[in-house]
Amino acid sequence: MSRRAAAALALAASLALPAGASLARSPDPGAAPSAAARAPASTVSEAAVHEVAAELRCVVCQALSVADSPSETAHQMREIIRDRLASGETPEQVKAYFVDKYGLWILLAPPRRGFTLLVWVVPFAALLAGLALVALLLRRWSRRPGVADAAPPPLDPEMRQRIERELSDLGTR
Amino acid sequence: MKRLWRWLIPLAAVPVLVLLAYGFRLSPRDIPSPLVGRPAPGFALATLEGAPLELATHRGKVVVLNFWASWCYPACYEEAPALARAWESYKDRGVMLVGINIQDKPDPARTFLTRFGHTFPNAPDPAGRVSVDYGVYGVPETFFIDRAGRVRGKHVGAVTDAIVRDRVEPLLRERG
Amino acid sequence: MTADLGYGMTLIALGLAVYGGVAAGAGARTGRLALIESAQHAALGVFVLVTSCFALLTYAFLTFDFSVRYVATNTNLGTPFYYRITGVWGALEGSIILWSWMLALYTIILIVRHRVGARELYPWALATMLGILAFFLLVMTVAAPPFQRQAPVPADGRGLNPLLEDTGMITHPVALYLGFTGFTVPFAFAMAALITGRIGDTWLVLTRRWTIVAWYFLSLGLLIGGWWSYHVLGWGGYWAWDPVENAAFMPWLTGTAFLHSVMIQERRRMLRLWNISLVILTFGLTLFGTFLTRSGVIASVHAFTQGSIGILFLGFLALVLLTALGLVAWRWETFRSEGELDSVVSRESAFLLNNVLLVAAAFTVFFGTVFPLLSEAVRGVKVSVGAPFFNQVNIPLFLSLVFLMGVGPLIAWRRASLDNLKRNFLWPVALGIAAAAAAFALGVRSLLAALTCATTVFVAATIAVDFTRATRARLRVGESLLPAMGGLLLRHNRRYGGFVVHLGILIIALGVMGSHAWSVQTETTLHRGETAELAGYRFRFDGLTAVEESNHFKVVGAFTVSNGRVLGVLRPAKKFYPQEQAPIAYVDYRLGLREDLYLVLGDFARDGSQATIKLQVNRLVSWIWIGGVVLTLGALLAILPERHKSV
Repeated sequence: MSRRAAAALALAASLALPAGASLARSPDPGAAPSAAARAPASTVSEAAVHEVAAELRCVVCQALSVADSPSETAHQMREIIRDRLASGETPEQVKAYFVDKYGLWILLAPPRRGFTLLVWVVPFAALLAGLALVALLLRRWSRRPGVADAAPPPLDPEMRQRIERELSDLGTR
Repeated sequence: MKRLWRWLIPLAAVPVLVLLAYGFRLSPRDIPSPLVGRPAPGFALATLEGAPLELATHRGKVVVLNFWASWCYPACYEEAPALARAWESYKDRGVMLVGINIQDKPDPARTFLTRFGHTFPNAPDPAGRVSVDYGVYGVPETFFIDRAGRVRGKHVGAVTDAIVRDRVEPLLRERG
Repeated sequence: MTADLGYGMTLIALGLAVYGGVAAGAGARTGRLALIESAQHAALGVFVLVTSCFALLTYAFLTFDFSVRYVATNTNLGTPFYYRITGVWGALEGSIILWSWMLALYTIILIVRHRVGARELYPWALATMLGILAFFLLVMTVAAPPFQRQAPVPADGRGLNPLLEDTGMITHPVALYLGFTGFTVPFAFAMAALITGRIGDTWLVLTRRWTIVAWYFLSLGLLIGGWWSYHVLGWGGYWAWDPVENAAFMPWLTGTAFLHSVMIQERRRMLRLWNISLVILTFGLTLFGTFLTRSGVIASVHAFTQGSIGILFLGFLALVLLTALGLVAWRWETFRSEGELDSVVSRESAFLLNNVLLVAAAFTVFFGTVFPLLSEAVRGVKVSVGAPFFNQVNIPLFLSLVFLMGVGPLIAWRRASLDNLKRNFLWPVALGIAAAAAAFALGVRSLLAALTCATTVFVAATIAVDFTRATRARLRVGESLLPAMGGLLLRHNRRYGGFVVHLGILIIALGVMGSHAWSVQTETTLHRGETAELAGYRFRFDGLTAVEESNHFKVVGAFTVSNGRVLGVLRPAKKFYPQEQAPIAYVDYRLGLREDLYLVLGDFARDGSQATIKLQVNRLVSWIWIGGVVLTLGALLAILPERHKSV
């Protein structure tokens, strides 16, 4: 028991520790990194800009977010986000501004209202339907339960005597 | 009856195929502008020569607002002569043509303007605020603004003489 | 001359493929061997012709034959030698030739391997393969001819898409297409099974190795694609849920489901209808993928072109789906379930759950990808469905799947007794919980990250439990340690190959988690000599240099990296290609086991006095590539031929 435990523990530790070690050194992602450079002085953290930018679609790229895109347009949009957040707008208001200018498609995930609610609901419904189907299937397959450990049918006493007689006959031969 | 249910399986593929076929009729790059029918966002820029360029000063005229860049091959180069011609024919008829230069550098921009001999005002949009304000997602894009300052149409891609004419004439006929 | 020769060969190949398909089908119907042999010869002819076309095109590339339009658009006098070879498959026409060549190759392998062993199924499978091959040759002849003439012959070509000038370009399409086309063979046999009515185990057993190989190449293609995206596209990520990425991911998901559900059919004779449907779905999704890439119906970074080719692919997809599913409906009666189960807690349930989750994930990706189309068709409103959606919906599914990876292999068939559950899962569950606690103690506050840690430790522990228990059994019989372990791996190579593949997936999962939860980034403008700081690293801007290359001009920035001591210099660049409108970002990075430093050069001043950079410190991304290597080893182990059962 102990050897198996030790081996398992060693393997688990070997996987968990590197991850853990990197965790220990990683900074809180919310902290604003410092730059001894001429970045605009602002009270808005990079993480806040990143969060809004990650939900907007870069208009000159194909599927990238404004946060990820290396393009100049995305850079300018990030600056606009930063300025708006710094002037007191909430993330929702900043997103609403972009939707106002570009239309709904600038949001990388459709709003959970109206027709676009479908895209959130349908996959979930499909999953539930699949699980229900599996449950049905499993029930059908196990409709003959306990075949393996059904108790053996009780033995007729006459049959029992006959078996014992023949067994003892075998023994004497 | 039960025998027929099984044919639902191949039939289930049909709606998907129809939807995909419908996709051929669409263009993924053709995105309608939410600005049409609304007041045009104002801007206050400075031309390459330093003169101020504000939308508000041209209220009462039909404004053709063109976004361009010197690196935009080949479309901006294709439409530039048409814009020059449009300026010549409409500038005395109450139409203002304004160019906004995005994500560009002064020297290539000036070279572009000199090459086509553009005399209408052109201003760079250094931080991209105006282009985002107009929901611009590529170049060239042209907006048609009426005398009351409302956006009445947007054209994505190079404009031609015909397009300018078809868009501007109706707006000219309207009284301010 | 080249153009005419190539076109002529394409035409003849098309004719042969059509003839071969018809002959094989007729031979299957009538049983006349002569027809089948004729079809085999036709297939060989097609292979020789397509190979010659490929060679001819490569030759045209190598000799700068700009009289061929495809060569003129994809290369120029400055294109380096190796990119002239790999550029052959760099655009639409070449990709079709590559696909056709692989199909032809697989057809030949099918003939060689199965001509003798599968008398009933083989002719129909051959007919199907040749029919599909004929379609791709049709595309090559009509919609995307690689040998179109360019007149007048230009002095210089346009050049390869600069994003494709990369080692990833050499391997990514090849691996991906080997995967896609690989699934054609199980599909062909499934068709044969449906047509002949022999929907039992024969077709499954024949295609088992094909499935693993195709699945592996698809996985490899996806991983290389991720690597290419990471180190070329300059956005610091490896997966963007771009429509064409999704198109390759969907068949991988259903292919994985298929790989697992065949085990139930092999052991318990159940799910036969499901298996056939899964393989049809997988093949259909590979066609859907090529349709998406080439039709322009949904915009994507991969999209090659629009035009008649999209219609051809959609038509073929319709033909395949309706025919195959129609056959399924026709043979409905023969799918009689024989299976029995004693308990819901059993390996069958685990596998079924695995399938439901994988297919649900595939459906999610599919629905999200076509939803913009649906929205526009129904409401006239354009919407986008991107990473936030896919991540939110899929991540719980994937996490559950990882959990199942630990449960499935160890839980008993038919019914898992309490004792069985305790023996196998007590320690792994305990270790999983301990891992979550440890993560929490070490400062992890993201629930998702903690759950991922717990689940991966759980699964790793189950693998360890199984392996140590089996090794001990061998040790008890007298074997020494290393031969015991080696013998286990080789004798039960399918099982342990699977385990190694699962281990690879675990490592990838940890890499994905790390990169999502703990990566940081920032953007700043530096003057020469100024330093930016991120996550304990300092980046000092040293200056810019301009360099002239054979087919482009680049501006390189030098940034000295240090974290207490100097680590090196990173040189991100912007490359200016004459044929491209916008400059291409060239990322520089420093890879590490724990974290990668990633630098993208943005705007810069002409005189080199300042530059804007985007800095990223990405965590655990290298684990994704390492996981890929482990996955490769596992797949190799799994496809080894089975040894004779000797104790």
